[in-house]
Amino acid sequence: MSSSIPSDLKYLESHEWARSEPDGTITVGISDHAQGALGDLVFVELPEVGKVLTKGAAAAVVESVKAASDVYSPVSGEVIAANESLSGSPELVNQDPYGQGWLFKIKPSDPAELGQLLDAAAYGKVVENE
Amino acid sequence: MPFIPHTEDDVREMLAAIGAPSIDALFEEIPESLRTRELTGIPPALTEMEIARLMRERAASDGTPLNFIGAGAYEHHIPAAVWAIVTRGEFYSAYTPYQAEASQGTLQLLYEYQTMMTRLTGMQVSNASLYDGASALAEAALMAVRAHRRSKSARILVPATLNPTYLSVARAITEGQNLHFDVLPYDRSTGTQPASALEPHAGQDITAVVIQQPNFFGLFEDVDAITDWAHANGALVIAVVNPLSLAILKPPGEWGAKGVDIVVGDGQPLGVPLSAGGPYFGFMTTRMEHVRQMPGRIIGRTVDLDGKPGYTLTLQAREQHIRRSKATSNICTNQGLLVTAATIYMSILGAKGLERVAAASQAQTTALVDALTQIDNVRLVFGGPRFHEAVLQLDRPVRGVLDALAERGIVGGYDLSRHYPELGHALLVCATETRTAQDIERYAAALREVLSAR
Repeated sequence: MSSSIPSDLKYLESHEWARSEPDGTITVGISDHAQGALGDLVFVELPEVGKVLTKGAAAAVVESVKAASDVYSPVSGEVIAANESLSGSPELVNQDPYGQGWLFKIKPSDPAELGQLLDAAAYGKVVENE
Repeated sequence: MPFIPHTEDDVREMLAAIGAPSIDALFEEIPESLRTRELTGIPPALTEMEIARLMRERAASDGTPLNFIGAGAYEHHIPAAVWAIVTRGEFYSAYTPYQAEASQGTLQLLYEYQTMMTRLTGMQVSNASLYDGASALAEAALMAVRAHRRSKSARILVPATLNPTYLSVARAITEGQNLHFDVLPYDRSTGTQPASALEPHAGQDITAVVIQQPNFFGLFEDVDAITDWAHANGALVIAVVNPLSLAILKPPGEWGAKGVDIVVGDGQPLGVPLSAGGPYFGFMTTRMEHVRQMPGRIIGRTVDLDGKPGYTLTLQAREQHIRRSKATSNICTNQGLLVTAATIYMSILGAKGLERVAAASQAQTTALVDALTQIDNVRLVFGGPRFHEAVLQLDRPVRGVLDALAERGIVGGYDLSRHYPELGHALLVCATETRTAQDIERYAAALREVLSAR
């Protein structure tokens, strides 16, 4: 069963996606492939707004019945928003991983880092080889 | 080993099935340099008959002295039904019985235990127990640091009236994790923690404040004021309590305006024998909002395929076998046997029974203090309200007096001069419901005799 990999997003090998917003911020979430592998999410631990992250740092935790996985930040910057609706409805990540299931938003400190991420095709290969 | 059921033929067959030449060959991946050879310094094996006799002789040398020591472990009567049930094979020898498909009886019992502990402490959720009260405090400190995301200091304020062993264990267990335990001075005239000792820390980044109730001297702290001060200063509150005292005291969930955040203590008073120091069990309860940071096993109630109630381990993603180095603790077990005893003890006594035990212990300690302070040069140090323990001052070093009492078959109490030298020749005594008027008279007579010599 193939998972959805929107072509307008960037990705990490560890299955995070990043979307550049018109206002220059980055929205981060986990891919459709990741949510399927984890199973039904029961809890999401999000970073504090204002927290400064470096690229590749563990930023959030997604917890299902069988696993708790770290979510890594695709870029460096300051957390400006966290998806509060996930505290009551973690299943949004399973149902709509690229939309309502977003995890947090970052104001990036180094725009060049976005170029270092995988595009949809490259990420597609990562998923294929798993 | 005589109790392994496999014959040499069985072993040969199994090795052949997996294609291994010998049992030793299965250990080949351990480097030669790490292998032990003959174990030296081990005496020759004893037979079962010899070792049973050796153990009987050793046990007999403990004697059965009359016990007036408390200081964190208390002698209470344990109804015969408790250990008659606990020693059933299903409880006694089951090894890590946490699988839902195999151990519904055990899991239900642990769930009942958790329910009782939340009721007793006035909190919302409990784990299935930790090793002991002291290490439970260490876990609570680590939990507070994790749960309190806004605080960066990892500073824990502890009263000087906290059980000194609990403090040294908490320090030892958390060493290397950059926690700071700051000890607050106590009021020498009352033996308790004054609110004023907290004031110098107002406005500082404090992660948690620890309150022991009753404190190590058996006295009552101003738990409401300290709890409110801590919350007003953005700190979490960790309560360290004697579970039996909660039968008559206000539970930590009702301290101050909001109640405390984490409750820990040692469950030994609830049906666990003294056994020369252990094993006992630690308990931990907390609020639902902190449950994901709580260490230890947690049992939950759910329904099976047919909609019938069933019990299972839950929130396992906190634990080591799933979360590994980021787990809430290295603990992946509980003190199942002692918790079984405690649950049965609490069931048999019920709330009223626990109240009676607590009240009787109070009464016997009062009688003990009255009898002993009649003796010249024995003085009650702190006059405030207390729970079944009291601090007495003698006119000479406590160690010598305790030794003389021991010769008369009496364990007289706990020598406080080691940890609290400022109190001079101070002795912490305790009498529970197990000490009769005759026991107290015997102690008083012996102490009078010891103190009149020289």
